[in-house]
Amino acid sequence: MTKLDAKIPEGPLAEKWTKYEASVNLVNPANKKNLDIIVVGAGAAGASAAASLAELGYNVKVYVFQDSSRRAHSIASQGGINATKNYKNDADSDYRLFYDMIKGGDFRAREANVYRAAEISNNIIDQFVAQGVPFAREYSGYLANRSFGGVQVSRTFYAQGQTGQQCTLAAYQALSRQIHAGKVEMFSRRDMLDLVVIDGKARGIITRNLITGEIERHSAHAVVLATGGFGTIYYLSTLAINSNGSAALAAYKKGAFLANPSLAQIHPTCIPVLNDYQSKLTLMSESLRNDGRVWVPKEKGDKRPANEIPEEERDYYLERKYPAFGNLVPRDVASRAAKERCDAGYGVGDTGLAVYLDFKDAIKNQGYDTIKAKYGTLFGLYLKVTGINPYEEPMRIYPASHYTMGGLWVDYNLMTTIAGLYAIGEANFSDHGANRLGASSLMQCSGDGYFILPVTIGDYLADQIKVPKISTDTPEFEKAEKAVKEKLNKLLSVKGTQTPTSFHKRLGHILWTYSGMKRNEKGLKKALKLVNELKEEFWKDVKLSGGLNELNHELEKAGRVADFFELASLIITDALNRKESCGAHFREEYQTEEGEAERDDKNYSYVAAWEYTGEMSNPKLHKEELVFEFVKPTKRSYK
Amino acid sequence: MNITLKIWRQKNKQDKGKFVTYKLDGVSTEMTFLEMLDYLNEKLIKEDADPVAFDSDCREGICGMCGLYINGRPNGPEKGVTTCQLSMSVFKDGKKITVEPWRSKAFPVIKDLVVDRSTFDKLIQVGGYISANTGAAPEANSIPIKKEDVDRAFDSGICIGCGTCVAACKNASAMLFVSAKISQLSLLPQGRVEAKERVQAMVLKMDELGFGNCTNTGACEAECPKEISLSNIARMNREFYKAKIS
Repeated sequence: MTKLDAKIPEGPLAEKWTKYEASVNLVNPANKKNLDIIVVGAGAAGASAAASLAELGYNVKVYVFQDSSRRAHSIASQGGINATKNYKNDADSDYRLFYDMIKGGDFRAREANVYRAAEISNNIIDQFVAQGVPFAREYSGYLANRSFGGVQVSRTFYAQGQTGQQCTLAAYQALSRQIHAGKVEMFSRRDMLDLVVIDGKARGIITRNLITGEIERHSAHAVVLATGGFGTIYYLSTLAINSNGSAALAAYKKGAFLANPSLAQIHPTCIPVLNDYQSKLTLMSESLRNDGRVWVPKEKGDKRPANEIPEEERDYYLERKYPAFGNLVPRDVASRAAKERCDAGYGVGDTGLAVYLDFKDAIKNQGYDTIKAKYGTLFGLYLKVTGINPYEEPMRIYPASHYTMGGLWVDYNLMTTIAGLYAIGEANFSDHGANRLGASSLMQCSGDGYFILPVTIGDYLADQIKVPKISTDTPEFEKAEKAVKEKLNKLLSVKGTQTPTSFHKRLGHILWTYSGMKRNEKGLKKALKLVNELKEEFWKDVKLSGGLNELNHELEKAGRVADFFELASLIITDALNRKESCGAHFREEYQTEEGEAERDDKNYSYVAAWEYTGEMSNPKLHKEELVFEFVKPTKRSYK
Repeated sequence: MNITLKIWRQKNKQDKGKFVTYKLDGVSTEMTFLEMLDYLNEKLIKEDADPVAFDSDCREGICGMCGLYINGRPNGPEKGVTTCQLSMSVFKDGKKITVEPWRSKAFPVIKDLVVDRSTFDKLIQVGGYISANTGAAPEANSIPIKKEDVDRAFDSGICIGCGTCVAACKNASAMLFVSAKISQLSLLPQGRVEAKERVQAMVLKMDELGFGNCTNTGACEAECPKEISLSNIARMNREFYKAKIS
């Protein structure tokens, strides 16, 4: 049995990473050029990793399913990126960011990894500024900051509502420079369909060329997955429509453990579902809650237009319930509160599944120009989607699937349970516990990519310098390629009556209903049954068009949906196992009298890492006990 | 509502391609343009016909993956939107809508409405960056930068690389795309160091890849979904001549 060893360095929290760096095995520059690394996915995490690894001298091969790595969904991150510069003189520090993340994650993240993320946050800002990211500045010429949910300091750096775009493009450009230098080979429009493991070590991947349909073998000394999250499993989400969980699932089925898959963030401020045809939901950055006030009418079913509801008839429920943090409570709390109000009949709009986010007071107090400078892009985006002008009327918002805190289990080196297979950015699980705080995703994925992985991967590769180029002509590659082809042919041969998208919609509906913002045992068990039935129906009745050897979006979709069924079962299994409420995981059976999440530290203070045991058997649970050496888990309160 | 779609169908790069007309009932004004195409495709699959291939990813106007020629205009009749942000409410019941891929030698068609824009990546690769290796950066506040300069750099930096400018231009020029990146980086002190080499390399590459020249028509600016200003091209030209004579 694999024993989970997080390989956390000894010593005081603030010295772990420094000591690690001082003692880590190194690969000398002459040997680096003989070592190949595959990076799958090139958003903020993958692109920064690939560029940094190439700068170090490794040979890097990058694979993305889009036409260019600049499309990766990190580009859509809006509000900002955290760092502990303390430019505001508001008593910020590495420790405070660490503590905010540990508490924000409801004490389900690993202390050492989180502290390291906080510790390197300043280097990331330095790096991005040097690479030309136009972060907002004060008139003095110095960098500006704003605050975000779940914290009481202003530590977020931002570029209007397009921080992710600017950071991702900086990483993309650094990657482009290495492509030009010949240190990175770029493979675009490639889907990774399997991982190849030889003698227990990750040695390559199988991809499909999405234009020609060719199934290809690629080998390397190590493989890095920077494949993002799988929030699209809910069908409607804030993610790009092609974001998927197939790489994570492929790794899982080859022996990488998947950790806390049920810990998925439902983001509170998204444009609500408008109709049945909708293909995705649009995020409205959390930064809006800095100045916007969330409310619903005090009267049930009040259908008057928002501006006609007088002040005294409005219920600013977040300010009422959480006076200390008000509109800036963390995402899980804000989402549940919105659902609670809407379920109780106070929701607004045609569907009743929306709450108001109002800027009337902010505009009155700070002026139109100030609000426009802060949120202009977001207001414009909202107007385009809904036709409502947020300068004049409050926005309508509702929670939507957004981010997966869970992901591939990794140790302190960011290595999975397969030797030589790394997972970085949203693809891994380690830093956000049961709930991610705003502006910490860009921070974590660029930290992993620029500063952590390039160091930790050397520790492994130092052992590999005598290993020659990995051949793709081995039984393991042969077998993986054959399995991929079989699966694709099987999908094409069903010739049923229902499209992959229609199955995806139904799967999303099951998960949203029974495994969304609120869960209970009965519902989860029902969901597990429904997912299995739907999966069976899928393999009997899915209908595709086109063939294998051409550009075929339906085939791509079908493969992803097939994988979503397996991930969905795992998500539900994990949610059933965790008989407590923590962060985004809210089990109705486990709540306080005021309806807040009730953690069970005695029995569930662990990372649930699931091992694949075969098609017909249940996944096996491994526990990484969370040791809180430096922080004492307390009741998480924002009141 | 009911619409008639006239869509460019092309099996692959080699195929000559042709327009195919589809009648589509039950279109809602609440759909986005791409959701209308999704709806058409679901219908085509059920009828055992080949769905229309088109690119899209984020569907919120930021990734730059989509982009179609709609009724003779890139991204359709509305100003300042990407194709994925275009709503069906701007079209009238019973109307005919013509849908084509980007048309430019530098963006060859891969299939139907999907084009190959890898030439944009190649342009960035020759110089669209600041060569700051990981770890080499000074403290972020060590160089104060005027707010107005950073704001202008941001306004240029918001380009999404969708290719609308090239598609809109009668010369298929990539000047707006290239100049936006050159402007962003040359407006910042960190980017000045390599300004000369950058502009020369990128301009040269633009010609080499088969993009046309700029004749100041301004269609790129008028159609750009991010409304990037033509003044970027003027700045690029200044940078280019400065590099030539210095």
